[in-house]
Amino acid sequence: MRRPVIAAAFVAALALLGGIAAPARAVEEAPELPRQRWSFDGVFGTFDRAALQRGFQVYKEVCATCHGVKYLYFRDLAQIGYTDEQVKGIAAAWPQQVTDGPDDTGQMFQRPARPSDKIPGPFPNDQAARVANNGALPPELSLLAKARMGGADYIYAILTGYTEPPPGVNVSAGMYYNSYFPAHQIAMPPPLNPDQVTYADNSPATVAQMAHDVSTFLTWAAEPNLEERHRTGFKVILFLLVTTGVFYAAKRKIWSRIHH
Amino acid sequence: MADTADSHISEGHDGGTRRDFLFLTASAMAAVGAAISIWPFIDSLNPARDTLALATTEVDLSPIQVGQRLTVAWRGKPIFIDHRTPDEIKAAREVDVSTLPDPQSDADRVKKPEWLVQIGVCTHLGCIPLGQKPGDDRGAYGGWFCPCHGSVYDTSGRIRRGPAPLNLIVPPYEFASDTAIRIG
Amino acid sequence: MAAPPPGAPHGVATGTHTAPLSVPEGRAGRIIRWIDYRLPFFSVLQSELGTYPTPVNLNYWWNFGSLAGIILVIMIVTGVVLAMHYQPHADLAFASVERIMRDVNYGWLLRYVHANGASMFFLIVYIHMFRGLYYGSYKYPRELLWILGVVILLLMMATAFMGYVLPWGQMSYWAATVITNLFSAIPLIGDSIVTLLWGGFTVGNPTLNRFYSLHYLLPFVLVAVIGLHLIALHQHGSNNPLGIDRRGPQDSIPFHPYYTVKDTFGLCVFLLFFAVFVFYAPNVLGHPDNFVPANPMVTPPHIVPEWYFLPFYAILRSVPDKLLGVVLMFGAVFILFVVPWLDTSPVRSARFRPIYRLFSWVLVIDTIVLGWVGARPPEGIAVTIGQIATFYYFAHFLILMPLLGKIERPRPLPISIGTAVLEATGARAAPAGRTERS
Repeated sequence: MRRPVIAAAFVAALALLGGIAAPARAVEEAPELPRQRWSFDGVFGTFDRAALQRGFQVYKEVCATCHGVKYLYFRDLAQIGYTDEQVKGIAAAWPQQVTDGPDDTGQMFQRPARPSDKIPGPFPNDQAARVANNGALPPELSLLAKARMGGADYIYAILTGYTEPPPGVNVSAGMYYNSYFPAHQIAMPPPLNPDQVTYADNSPATVAQMAHDVSTFLTWAAEPNLEERHRTGFKVILFLLVTTGVFYAAKRKIWSRIHH
Repeated sequence: MADTADSHISEGHDGGTRRDFLFLTASAMAAVGAAISIWPFIDSLNPARDTLALATTEVDLSPIQVGQRLTVAWRGKPIFIDHRTPDEIKAAREVDVSTLPDPQSDADRVKKPEWLVQIGVCTHLGCIPLGQKPGDDRGAYGGWFCPCHGSVYDTSGRIRRGPAPLNLIVPPYEFASDTAIRIG
Repeated sequence: MAAPPPGAPHGVATGTHTAPLSVPEGRAGRIIRWIDYRLPFFSVLQSELGTYPTPVNLNYWWNFGSLAGIILVIMIVTGVVLAMHYQPHADLAFASVERIMRDVNYGWLLRYVHANGASMFFLIVYIHMFRGLYYGSYKYPRELLWILGVVILLLMMATAFMGYVLPWGQMSYWAATVITNLFSAIPLIGDSIVTLLWGGFTVGNPTLNRFYSLHYLLPFVLVAVIGLHLIALHQHGSNNPLGIDRRGPQDSIPFHPYYTVKDTFGLCVFLLFFAVFVFYAPNVLGHPDNFVPANPMVTPPHIVPEWYFLPFYAILRSVPDKLLGVVLMFGAVFILFVVPWLDTSPVRSARFRPIYRLFSWVLVIDTIVLGWVGARPPEGIAVTIGQIATFYYFAHFLILMPLLGKIERPRPLPISIGTAVLEATGARAAPAGRTERS
């Protein structure tokens, strides 16, 4: 077998495999998502700390009414640039308190949250969430960016994708038309309106800006170790490239005895 | 034997040192790579971030009256916090340190004299001494008394009588403010 | 006793120790000799990995065996450490995996290496198997070696299937439901078997616990079978790209340093490929639905297994009858057991079998097509394509393999490996055309 042909066939097969694996989830009815530019894109991407904090503010003031972030702790917020004091303050001021106990009289009690607590969601359980939302369950958001094809692009598209339904399309009662939600009917009312949030850093709170910031925040929430992963990967791959080169040279050297 | 078997393998002609350097580098890089790869496995056994988050406990001291004692949890162990009365402080300071089984002055055990903070685990075999609750037996020195084997601690938490070898251990702590401490 | 000539068959367990142990001078040498006299660890290392005669003409397709062994070690080591943090209870499993990803030091790395490592393991083994099919490595005297390989594949598939259930995501739960439900197709006792597998009336906590136990156990069974696989290999040594037996010492070279360095180089290339996935695309081979906790009340719109099961999934769905689909799916793996007897050709290597060689590549394309079919919902043209591809898969083994051996005219085989190597290197050394092709 000729080597270059084999290599090419091999690479082609792998590319095909990758092509199969990736859209293996491609559902027929999922619309094409517009791609945005994110600070965390690419090999050297990082999270824009300012965007993360703005995004957290959007989450806190808009989304947290209905959506929890089940796998986030308050202490995680230190990673997006808040000081320990700020984190303590955010935890203590959180609208939902944390159940603790039993105390010495045998009762469970509520207390303000601490940094070591998980961020409480708006509802005590899924059933309560459904009751408050006409039977629909607002999904928890801390993994959403990994739980949906398209990640941040998907979240941004949904948040900015509310439009009038095209003529002839009937939207059921209690649902809203969204260009990018599968089957186009979503139970969540459009959550973002211009200037809904007054950003702490005074950035203009357009719908696009808020959607961008909260998508960045939610990507971080799903992958808080992304930057460390990219940094480590760069070093590992660099090391491996050098080592591969060295071993290739050693292999050629040793095998030159055979190949004369 | 090796010669006849490998007669189809030719020996290299170029300098042995250059060849050896290459092989040395290759082996060294492989060894370094392997060694570096081991660290994540070992470090994953270290306390995880959620465990570490619970490694520090803050305690608000303002609700504790003079003469009152409070027990809090820290890293799974009880912490005895004692808001000492002036009499208790005096009794602790008047002791001749050299007569103690585990000599230690009271001043070395506290940061502010009216606040005694120690791990509430008997240094003998690990029981939790009595003395925190009103009505508890505090032992002959007004401190703490361990019911398991009769160790008696004074108002500075030092061992006076009984089988315990050491004074009650003082954990690392600092005053976050005048009315709060951070343990750990 | 006289050492057998290099290249001739030699057995580890037959007591025909070859060269005396070569040790360094001094105390180290004495310690090594002391140990070796009582437990021949170093002698075995020397004879099976050191001086072990290996064909001189192996190409890079032969790297994949050692690669598979190394990725297995990686999987076991990451798995054991992950098991220290994972909690195998339906209420806790998903959250414990998130804890590993977020809070455990390097937990994200361990998890991504383990998850992507499973994909790598299958990729490597599939290539390794294709090498075997192409070069006739399953033929006499290596039939049992091949059969042990198929056993290894089955153990891998069981381990991977159960491992995927452990994170208890939506795909975990529903893949477990679909695959365990298959056993209900067995007539008469099918339902009882499924209840036994589940430990309940649906996939649930009892199922998760037993899958965890078996997922921890099977890799060690795998190690044992691989041990047998290697012993079988060393009975007659490796096949080679020409598919002809070694005849003399000039056809072999010692495993060390030639193949140790070549395998290490191959390992570095593989690790580079692996690292790209682990560090830059760790979830591209997975499914987003598995980041949603398992919900017995909500079925995902499209249940798909991991990519390495897709061809078998396509075969399963290619026939409307449930039992026949199950039979065909398992049949697609079990047919591999009898490949040594299906292929009637006296020639091993596809290099000298022009028609079989073509159809080998068609088989590769066919399995890729089957994979594509398996990923799609079973509607439209995908159904027809899937049926054609399934038909071809079985036709390849049941019709082509027996037939081609009889009717194909193979190209003339070289006289020996040594002369073929000499010709090849001679041609390269004298481009002005001094070569004689006999």
